[in-house]
Amino acid sequence: MTTPSLSSLIMAPINAVMRIIDAPLRRLQKATGIGGMAAFFLAPNMLIFGIFVLLPLVINFVYSMTGGTAFFLSERDFIGGAQYSRLFECQNYLDPMSCQEDAFWTAVGNTFWFVVLQVSLMILTALITALILNRELAARSFWRAVFFFPVLLSPVVVGLIWKWILQRQGLLNFGLYQFGMDPYTWLTDRDWTFAATIGVSIWAHMGFYALIILAGLQAIPKDLYEAAEMDGTRPARVFWRITLPLLAPNLLVVVVLALIKSVQVFDEIYVLTGGGPGTSTLFLTQYIYETGFASALRNPGLAAAASILMGTVLVVLTLIQLGIGKRGENKGKR
Amino acid sequence: MGNVARFILRRRGAHGSGKGWHWTDIFTWVWLIGGLIIMFGPAVWLMFSSLKTPAALAEFPPSILPYVTSQATVEGYDKPLMLYDAKMPDGSTRVLAEVRRIGLVAQMVDPKAPGDIVKVNINDRSPVRIMSFATNNYTEPFVHFDFLRYLWNSVFVTVVATVITLVVNSMAAFALSKYEFKGRSVAMLVILATLMVPLSVIMVPLYSIISTLGLFNSLWGVILPTVATPTGVFILRQYMLTIPDELLDAARMDKASEWQIYWRIVLPLTAPALAVLAIFSVVWRWNDFLWPLIVLSRRELYTLQVGLSIYSGELNVQWHFILAMTVVTMIPVVLVFIFLQRFITTGIAGTGLK
Amino acid sequence: MGEIKLTDVKKSFGALAVLKDIDLHIKDGEFVVFVGPSGCGKSTLLRTIAGLEKVSGGEIQIDGKRVNEVTAADRGLAMVFQSYALYPHMSVRQNLAFGLENSNMPKAEITERINEAARMLEIEAYMDRRPGQLSGGQRQRVAIGRAIVRRPTAFLLDEPLSNLDAELRVSTRAELAALHGRLGSTMIYVTHDQVEAMTLAHRIVVMRAGQIEQVGTPLELYNEPANRFVAGFIGAPHMNFLKADVVEVSGELASLSVAGGYRVQVRLGQAKLNSGQKVTVGVRPQHLVVSNDPLSPSVKVRLVEALGSETVIHGDIAGEKMLAVLPGQQRLNAGDEVRFDLTTPPLHVFDDNGFRLLTYAGQLT
Repeated sequence: MTTPSLSSLIMAPINAVMRIIDAPLRRLQKATGIGGMAAFFLAPNMLIFGIFVLLPLVINFVYSMTGGTAFFLSERDFIGGAQYSRLFECQNYLDPMSCQEDAFWTAVGNTFWFVVLQVSLMILTALITALILNRELAARSFWRAVFFFPVLLSPVVVGLIWKWILQRQGLLNFGLYQFGMDPYTWLTDRDWTFAATIGVSIWAHMGFYALIILAGLQAIPKDLYEAAEMDGTRPARVFWRITLPLLAPNLLVVVVLALIKSVQVFDEIYVLTGGGPGTSTLFLTQYIYETGFASALRNPGLAAAASILMGTVLVVLTLIQLGIGKRGENKGKR
Repeated sequence: MGNVARFILRRRGAHGSGKGWHWTDIFTWVWLIGGLIIMFGPAVWLMFSSLKTPAALAEFPPSILPYVTSQATVEGYDKPLMLYDAKMPDGSTRVLAEVRRIGLVAQMVDPKAPGDIVKVNINDRSPVRIMSFATNNYTEPFVHFDFLRYLWNSVFVTVVATVITLVVNSMAAFALSKYEFKGRSVAMLVILATLMVPLSVIMVPLYSIISTLGLFNSLWGVILPTVATPTGVFILRQYMLTIPDELLDAARMDKASEWQIYWRIVLPLTAPALAVLAIFSVVWRWNDFLWPLIVLSRRELYTLQVGLSIYSGELNVQWHFILAMTVVTMIPVVLVFIFLQRFITTGIAGTGLK
Repeated sequence: MGEIKLTDVKKSFGALAVLKDIDLHIKDGEFVVFVGPSGCGKSTLLRTIAGLEKVSGGEIQIDGKRVNEVTAADRGLAMVFQSYALYPHMSVRQNLAFGLENSNMPKAEITERINEAARMLEIEAYMDRRPGQLSGGQRQRVAIGRAIVRRPTAFLLDEPLSNLDAELRVSTRAELAALHGRLGSTMIYVTHDQVEAMTLAHRIVVMRAGQIEQVGTPLELYNEPANRFVAGFIGAPHMNFLKADVVEVSGELASLSVAGGYRVQVRLGQAKLNSGQKVTVGVRPQHLVVSNDPLSPSVKVRLVEALGSETVIHGDIAGEKMLAVLPGQQRLNAGDEVRFDLTTPPLHVFDDNGFRLLTYAGQLT
């Protein structure tokens, strides 16, 4: 007999439990057959899905048609589409401040510009990074890790790291000071803060997208490049005529994925700026959170209505993504 | 050495025309070195800062390493005095302790001979700086604040949620990959659909459900809504599809019950995918913020992330504690990163899921 | 102990009928081989017997008891799978023990049975290795061992040799035959390889498209195939089929016109042929003999495969393909004309629907 290993010591009690579970389950199997067992295996997941995802999804619509500050549905009054009309009630549709829910429209505007700028800049840097990581590099996995590192950090940590760097006595001002420039209170300036939210969220997420693009680059058959080299194709032309077209489907998926994530931006920005100064970095998720929970004048119905509008955008984006994925699959089959 | 250098500095120019640096080589290295600084720099800066005393943190310009002005207790004086290198009129330098400062003149004493007061122009003295690690930045939040509690809450949420995730998702994946039954495609579709439903869309009704179930202000309220991840079901299902059905048939011929097939055959063989999901789940649950923020309103229930954000949002921010606790919050993820980075990156590249 | 009876067994996946009215009686201790082209339903039939697939109709009996409702685990059968289906995360010993542990057998007996099987199969040397560390042949033995330790009423083997290389396949085949001799239990063996079927079986069950075409001993199938399909499937290379017309029937004899007008005579026996009837004449390549008779049909040689001990000729005769296996080494080249005697070899005559009408033993036998 060999001496018991550590893993067998850990597994022994678990195995014992599993054996005890087995007896009633064998009886269940006898009674319901193998099909019944399939249901048994699926049940816990479906139950949790049902309670915590599907049910909320359905009652979200009910919520959005009720008013008041109570959270229990039974204590809420049905008010039809009033929450939606409140969201859309504006004197001048070009000026968010003229709307009744000006915060909502500010958040929509901020989120829009954030999404446009963050996604485009991030995908660009991710593409450059992926192209560089795809070259013949020494210690490539080390460099890949370098760019990937911030992806794992928690949003709160990301927010705090950058809050510390951007504050008055922070590293950024220290750098400027070294070059003889004056320190600046970055996080009290509306425009600089907005720029900072974009920069920080690119810093935090770029590595993830670079990794996916890199996988796409590495999936391009090497012999295509060799063939191009045999033809004496210039590197720039190789990029435009081989790399980019072959990468395009992958890149499109990445863009939509980034859009979906970007629309929901919240955690790190909330910690970094709290939505301020003023409402300059108030984004949709924060609006929903504060309207639903945090603000003194909380209005869960309004938050639900806003979240449904946001959900609609996300569903459209996801359907686009699935569409692209399907097309890619079909291409693969051909 | 020569070979190593040539390997590290391998570049396009060397490969193509034979000599010289192509502009893309320069760009590559600028990008890589710049990336190294930008990606790691902030975290490193955070770690150095977390070891500084509040006084050192308030300094501008800041030093990179945690220096403090050295102090000494001098006979005859109640409080510790600051030590300075003072230039004497004769050109020599002595280490003196400052008693008080009047205008441009500092009254100083020699710590070894505290009797005589030496007057020194303040421009002729510079503080004696020594490196000192403010470790109580780390110990104090644990001892005097609730951070030990937060740490425990975070560990509890992370471990329990990950275990439940693995069990529940692997069971579902098993059913969806190894059984033919009516409604299988419906179940798949439902799970797929939930991929489109992020927390930010359902947080209001989800909160009401959690309250109805009595899970508000409970760590279980944080755990349960997160455990049925569609991502997890997909990763595991894809992997289980590669396990040959003949193996299951063999086990059935061997008198194994379906539960035994799941537990003794399929789960052990899914170990690589389970490991990937476990790593992801640990990182996800450790990093979760918005949902715990909504569900937990009592201080003793905060997770590290919530506790940190609440403390850092207070008017009088005690940065030295916040920074130290941020480092503590970062440590597990950094460990995961160092030891399992390859696992994660290949996992992401393979599945496209974060 | 090990008698299996199938009555009217049907199996369909949705609208697709995979097994149609299978009737079969397998006696205790018999070695029965199911053979047929891929997709003929032979593996499905085996899995239905095993209990891994539910029948859609009919009845399966083991030792006189209906087992339709009995699960695979409780039918007392053991199966050897094509891919061996060894549990990759368990050692050889654990693989063998798994099924016994599941039936709550005492530890001592498990060890005894495993040791006995290990001795019998000569796998003792690698009992603590995992399947991944074994060669194909070793895995195959372990898979058989896993079945043996169960002491089943019958062994079910699903193409167990198909993943072995040619040489190993021949030796394992012999070992399997020996094993059957020693154990004496019923074995049902599925293969698409008719050589395996011929060498191993007491009785062969030839299947096509979910139906049994013929059941019989190997030589019955070879000598008196029930129809064109069986005739073509059993024997390698396969039988030549030539279109023919019945020119004249007189008493015991019928005269056929084969291969563009060449006349052969066959004895009718109990069969009936009508003058003018269209039939097919089958002749095995091994039975063809080169003829110097200028009246014999001439074959144009397309390809000559010289195998040393024999020579395979691919030729054309009156627009139809003709294969001949000639003994020894022949001086023939592609493009040559060669004449074969059709009056001496055994001839099989099939009707329009492919059923064998008669076999004329020829003058040789």
